[in-house]
Amino acid sequence: MNHQNCIKGAQSIEFEEAPYLISSAAVAGKKEGEGPLGKMFDMVGEDDLFGADTWEEAESTMQKEACLLALGKAHISQTQVRYLFGGDLLRQGIATSIGVEELEIPMFGLYGACSTSGEALALASMNVAAGYGEYMLAVTSSHFGSAEKEFRFPLSYANQRPLSAHWTVTGSGAFLVGTRRSHVRITGVTIGKIVDYGLKDSQNMGACMAPAACDTIIRNLEDFGRAPEDYNRIVTGDLGYVGQSILFDLVIGKGYDIKKNHMDCGMTIFDQETQDTHAGGSGCGCAATTLSAYILPKIERGEWKRVLFVPTGALMSTVSFNEGASVPGIAHAIVLEHC
Amino acid sequence: MDKQKQQQAYENYVKQKTPVHNLPLNMAKAFVTGGAVCLLGQCILNFCKSQGLDKDISGGWTSILLILLSVLLTGFNIYPGIAKWGGAGALVPITGFANSVASPAIEYQKEGQVMGIGCKIFTIAGPVILYGIFTSWVLGLGYWILKISNIL
Repeated sequence: MNHQNCIKGAQSIEFEEAPYLISSAAVAGKKEGEGPLGKMFDMVGEDDLFGADTWEEAESTMQKEACLLALGKAHISQTQVRYLFGGDLLRQGIATSIGVEELEIPMFGLYGACSTSGEALALASMNVAAGYGEYMLAVTSSHFGSAEKEFRFPLSYANQRPLSAHWTVTGSGAFLVGTRRSHVRITGVTIGKIVDYGLKDSQNMGACMAPAACDTIIRNLEDFGRAPEDYNRIVTGDLGYVGQSILFDLVIGKGYDIKKNHMDCGMTIFDQETQDTHAGGSGCGCAATTLSAYILPKIERGEWKRVLFVPTGALMSTVSFNEGASVPGIAHAIVLEHC
Repeated sequence: MDKQKQQQAYENYVKQKTPVHNLPLNMAKAFVTGGAVCLLGQCILNFCKSQGLDKDISGGWTSILLILLSVLLTGFNIYPGIAKWGGAGALVPITGFANSVASPAIEYQKEGQVMGIGCKIFTIAGPVILYGIFTSWVLGLGYWILKISNIL
């Protein structure tokens, strides 16, 4: 096989034989279930524990359920899946390790903060396109309880969240990518680089990630020689209200305008008026569940022909933050097309 | 240098783009909330005194009851809601301090009695305790020096 002509521009790949996104599943928590996308999720937890004792176990349970649901929808058994690409926000990616343990699929553990769904989808589709396997699974998750505990405060600690703060989505999304025909194809990917504008405010992640989103979106447009209008939607992961307005300004500064067809998962998954989520949703689960529950069905039906999915991640640890390091961002772009 | 300037420019731009809480409104809410906690404390104090307890013991009862109330409200997950509305008004009084000790105890209980509750109960309150004690030591030292040098 000659993959030379797949290489596009500086950071992109356009697949010769585009892999199919065969099936997907979204598992979400209670608050997400009460939100605008509530009825679209495959499974909504009655409480955020999903029958487990701890937030971390609950997150793992969500991942396992999401994987099983995605496999079940495609009538594929886990033994047929060649590799699994998964990640989450917790230290050492423990939610994924424990979550997918029982599936016994050879796996790669990933970390891309909230951009992990893009990273996993890119790697899964690259592996399928390269012919390394017929089916690959991409999975990611986040949990409000475990993320608050890891990055911020205990849940019952009394504090006032700034208006720029995000609300970590409790949810997990799993995607089965392969060679079997479906109505959605991953036709290309643009792998983002780390972009750091030196911002240190971890409570304003939208502003930390917007430069990375801008960089990847522009790179995608230039690598593929497209205009923003060539996409029905350009969907960012979790920039939120603050990040979106910054992204618009940054993109305009580069000579493009994406205002008309931009959508942000963090602004879609919650109702800002009634759900008190401030800047919007965030976390690996935010982009993944929104993609699975809301975006993919629209592409499957042909309502949207071509969508650029750009999950964004704020790369920080509790240590780097305390030591005064800035919060760099990263974003990966996945080109999804109806077929 | 140029990069630093760029970062500064971005920081300023982000600052101007980012919405913040309304300060006068937040201050008013904090005043009401903090005032309500203090009023409650005063009521307990007056009641204890009216029962014939002396000033110090009444003060002790007041603190203990306020702490108990805060810990219970934290356990029932009501206190975070009060703080969300009342801000510093709920954080600064003794009830806020009790919440900052009770909430890690609840959250980390899953990690065990020693490594969980034991090690992490003071993750939020620890700095306040450390620097509170240190400051009082420094003030005590100052007081002692002034005293032996016959200024006080």
